[in-house]
Amino acid sequence: MNKEDLSFKVRQSTEINVNECYQCGKCTAGCPVAEHMDLRPSIIMRMLQSGDAVAEEEILRSLSIWLCVTCETCYSRCPMELDIPKIMDYLRVRSYNEGKVHRDARDIVTFHKSFLNTVESNGRLHEMGLILDYKMHSGNLFQDVMLAPEMFSKGKLSVFPERIKDLKGLSRLFKGQTKNNKS
Amino acid sequence: MKIGFYPGCSLTGSSREYNESLLAVAKVAGIELCEISDWNCCGSTAAHNLNRELSVSLPARNLALAELEEMDELVVPCAACYNRLVMTQHELAEKPEIKALIEGKLKMTLRNDIRILNVLQFLEKHIVPRLDELVKSPLTYDVACYYGCLLVRPNQVMKDERFEDPMTMDLIMQKLGANAIDWPFKTECCGAGFSVSKTEIVGELSGKIVRSAVDRGAKAIVVACPMCHFNLDMRRPVIESYLQRKIDIPVIYITQAIALAMGLSAQQAGTQRHFVPVNLTVNR
Repeated sequence: MNKEDLSFKVRQSTEINVNECYQCGKCTAGCPVAEHMDLRPSIIMRMLQSGDAVAEEEILRSLSIWLCVTCETCYSRCPMELDIPKIMDYLRVRSYNEGKVHRDARDIVTFHKSFLNTVESNGRLHEMGLILDYKMHSGNLFQDVMLAPEMFSKGKLSVFPERIKDLKGLSRLFKGQTKNNKS
Repeated sequence: MKIGFYPGCSLTGSSREYNESLLAVAKVAGIELCEISDWNCCGSTAAHNLNRELSVSLPARNLALAELEEMDELVVPCAACYNRLVMTQHELAEKPEIKALIEGKLKMTLRNDIRILNVLQFLEKHIVPRLDELVKSPLTYDVACYYGCLLVRPNQVMKDERFEDPMTMDLIMQKLGANAIDWPFKTECCGAGFSVSKTEIVGELSGKIVRSAVDRGAKAIVVACPMCHFNLDMRRPVIESYLQRKIDIPVIYITQAIALAMGLSAQQAGTQRHFVPVNLTVNR
């Protein structure tokens, strides 16, 4: 493992040694979204082991890292107990910060950003605010137009956000944290 | 002993009935749940996908507040919040440098020793031992207990649960009089946070779960996570279009099932808030 390798940085950040993976494939076999992935979990592990710069770039630009739902099935079934979801988190943050998010994952990232926006302004998630912020930034204006009125009538949607009192203290947590990437 | 309560954001909005039914059950059992004052969002999937520090600092603030209020246990009904809080506690214990950094930002110190309970652990400890006296109108139908992901995984953290075939909820439902069926989708993922951003994946994953429960004769699916409920109940139109068939099986929270068995009304259990109508009658 070379100091320049992505696997080295994964290990520094997560303390997981990808070389312990012996390619049994149980992670991919149990992954609920594997069939939608461009690179399946066990393949990502193999590519990380290779130390090949082209392969590493392909991982950071893949759709797979964003399709991982963190269901934790791979981690629970891995005979080496490798925490693959933790590796995925590291790869996502890298991909996001370096502006390498796959185009088909942009809605997913937009949703996460909208989510953090409402949490930063209110301290708590405001579902209505989240949906409006997401619609504006994703351009999916007409998605779920029928859902909101029904949620509202069943008392599941509040028009106004619940705000915490110590927003100032909360802002210290957000200060200096990247929410917006290069893209 | 002071039992703290962290509802999490979903329980104040889209899964309000989970909150209502849990509090109703606790009240009947005479247990006081003290909500952390001024709690904040745990950061959920968004934080751990985009920013590692926020994924720890947001939950840590809640743990620090719970300690300030001298809570011995903290009940966290949302499976996703529970996962984030437990992972944070683990991270703070393992990494003194991260703990120091976050304590500095919070301007609070952490003993980091509070006992965090998910809803099943809470029920097992505080409600189940008293069910025999509290159940007034036993349930009489077949149910499929659906655990999803974060009540059982990662098993390195959830050490007490049988992670491939958990039984905690099944045993509670049996104590309520219901018959918990044997089925293979107990711990499959519903699609979780993709409900809005990749809805078609939710239709497929949740569709397979609902189909399996119906085909094996269940009259209701029982859940213990707001995200699972959102996907199986409110996303039913997407599920039906994936399966190409109409499916009217209701999805209820375990706390609603207990409330109904305790003889509380449907209104008190909050079942009128569901998208798929809850009309449960005797099936055997």
